[in-house]
Amino acid sequence: MNSDLIQYIQEAKVSGMSDGEIQAELLSVGWNHGDVRHAFLDNISPELENPPIEQSEKIEAVVSVRGLIKHYGSVRAVDGIDFEIPKGSILALLGPNGAGKTTLVRMLGTLITPDSGQALIGGHDVIKSPDDVRKIIGLTGQFSAVDMVLTGRENLVMIGRLCHLSKLEAENRARELLIRFGLSDAADRQVKTYSGGMMRRLDVAASIIAHPEVLFLDEPTTGLDPHGRIELWHIIKELVAKDVTVLLTTQYLDEADHLADQIVVIDKGKIIAKGTSQELKAQVGGDVLELHLTDHSQAHRAAAAIEALGIEKPRIEELEAHIFMPVRGGASVLADAIRRLDQARIDLADIVLRRPTLDDVFLKLTGHVAG
Amino acid sequence: MKIISETLILVKRSLIRYTRVPQLLVFSTIQPVMFVILFAYVFGGAIKTSINYVDYLLPGILVQTTLFGAMMTGIGLADDISHGMIDRFRSLPMSRGAVLAGRTISDLLRNVFVIFLMVGVGYIIGYRFEGTFMGALGALFLMLLFGFAFSWISALIGIAVKDVETAQSAGFIWVFPLAFISSIFVPVEGMPKIFRLFAENSPITYTVDAVRRFSVNQPVDYTFWASIIWLAAILITFIPLAVRQFRKIS
Repeated sequence: MNSDLIQYIQEAKVSGMSDGEIQAELLSVGWNHGDVRHAFLDNISPELENPPIEQSEKIEAVVSVRGLIKHYGSVRAVDGIDFEIPKGSILALLGPNGAGKTTLVRMLGTLITPDSGQALIGGHDVIKSPDDVRKIIGLTGQFSAVDMVLTGRENLVMIGRLCHLSKLEAENRARELLIRFGLSDAADRQVKTYSGGMMRRLDVAASIIAHPEVLFLDEPTTGLDPHGRIELWHIIKELVAKDVTVLLTTQYLDEADHLADQIVVIDKGKIIAKGTSQELKAQVGGDVLELHLTDHSQAHRAAAAIEALGIEKPRIEELEAHIFMPVRGGASVLADAIRRLDQARIDLADIVLRRPTLDDVFLKLTGHVAG
Repeated sequence: MKIISETLILVKRSLIRYTRVPQLLVFSTIQPVMFVILFAYVFGGAIKTSINYVDYLLPGILVQTTLFGAMMTGIGLADDISHGMIDRFRSLPMSRGAVLAGRTISDLLRNVFVIFLMVGVGYIIGYRFEGTFMGALGALFLMLLFGFAFSWISALIGIAVKDVETAQSAGFIWVFPLAFISSIFVPVEGMPKIFRLFAENSPITYTVDAVRRFSVNQPVDYTFWASIIWLAAILITFIPLAVRQFRKIS
C-alpha cells in the first residue's frame, strides 16, 4: 500500500482530525478514493491484530443475555441462551440454517418479544424499555433493507433524519459514510443499480448512521462474493476499533474464525459451545488428517486402511473423495498413513495434516456438517 | 412533535418514489380512464339518469379512483414489509404511527394529483363542473377524506397479509362489489331490494351523491353529513386497528 498516504493519515489522526475530515481532505487534493479507503483499512488493522488484553480484567458487558426463550407454536426457536459481549468486541453466533440465530437477533433488536428470559443492551431491557434500546443499536437484517428507488445518499439521509439527526448532521454523516464505504461515486444513483456488495455496505452504513453503541448484523456476508465479504470484514473491524460492540450471525466458520473475539455455536436453539476460536478448536483435540483421493470409489478402502491411526472414526465425503480424521501424534502419523495407503494401493491426490478448523469443531459438536 | 417530522420524512420518501417511477401513477390512472370511456360510451346510452350521463358518471369515477387508489396503501406497506424496510423502521427510535401516517398521507397527496387528472379526462369527453369554487373545494375535501379513510382499511389489510400479491387480491375482493353496489355508475333506484338497501347506506353512495351535488351546484344536504359521519367512524375504528396490527408485526 501507499506508505505516504498511511503516514499522512496517521499524522492527521494524531492531530485530532476525524476520519471523515481526513478522507475529505485527501480526496480534495486528488487522491483516488479506492486508495484512500484501503490506506485507512491498512492503517487501522495493526491495532486490531492485538485486541487490548487489559480489558479482560474489568469486562464491561454491553450486551447481556440470560435464559432467553422464544417459542413458535410448540417449537422452541431459541431455547435458553446466555452470553455476554464486552464493550468493543465481536461475538459471532455460529450455526446452521434454522438454528435460531435470526430469532435471537430479532429479539435483541426489539423486533420480537422474548417469551421469557432477559436481555440487556447497554443496561436497557429489551422487553421493558425497547425505545431506549433502539436509541443505541443498529440492526442490519438478512436482506438489504434499503429503498431501491431512492439513491444511496437519500436512503442514508432519510434513516439519519428518522434517528433524529438534524438535516445538516444527517447530510454530513451520509457524506462521510458514503466515502468511508466506497460508495461516493454511486451516491446519487438509485440503489437498484447497485451490486449486491454495494447494497450490503449501504445497508450497514444505514445501521450505523446515528453512531450506535451496539450493532447487530444478521448474516451480513451471505450472498456476497469473496471480494465483497472481505470489504465488509474490514468495515466491521474498523467499527469495533472505534468501540462499537458487534454481534454477528454467520453460517461461515471461517468468518467467525476471522472476525470474532468470542464464538457462540448454537444448534436447535441451544448453545452447544462457547469460547474463542482457539478454545473451540482445542475441543477437537489433536490435528486433522485430510486425504484427497483421485478416485472416490476407493474412499471406503482408504478409510479402512488408516482407521487404526485415528482417535475417532474417519469421516468420508464420498462425492468429493475427501476423508477427514482427527489424529494425535504429529508427523509420524502422516508417514504411517502414507505407508498404509500405499500398501492398500490407494491413489492419493493430496494428503495433509492440519490444525482443526471450525468446520471440524462443528461436526464434532453437532454430528452434522454446518449449513 | 417528533411524529410530525418523522411522518414528513416518510411522505417525502413516497413522493420521491412517485416522481422516479411515474409508471406507478400512469398505471393507476389507466383503469379509471378505461372505466370512464366504457361507461360513458358503451353503457351510458342504456342508463337513464336525471342529468346528462357524463355529468352523472364523472363524480362517481372520481370517488372510485380514490377508492382503488387507497388499495395502494396496503400494497405499499406489504411491499415494505417483505423487503425489510418496516423492520428497519421498527428498529429505529421512531414513532410506530409515523410509518403508517407517512404512507396514508402520501397516498392522499397522490389522490390530489389523480383527481385533477381525471377531471381533465372528464373535460375531454364533455364533463363540466357547474358548481361554485367553494363547492369544488368541498368536493375535493370530501373525496380526499374518503380516500384517506379507506387507506387505513387498506393499511390494516396490507400489514395483516404482509405480501404484495395477497394484499392486491385481498384488497380488490371487497372493494369491487362495494364499488358496484353503489351509485358510482348507476342510480340505486333500479337495483333489487337487498342491493338497493345496501347501496343506499354505503359510504360510497353518500360520498358520490354529495360530490355529485357539488358538481351540479345543488346545496349541501344530508348525503354530505352522512358521508362525513361514515368516514369519521372508519378513521376512528381503523387507525387504532392498523396501529395495533403494526405493533404485532414480528
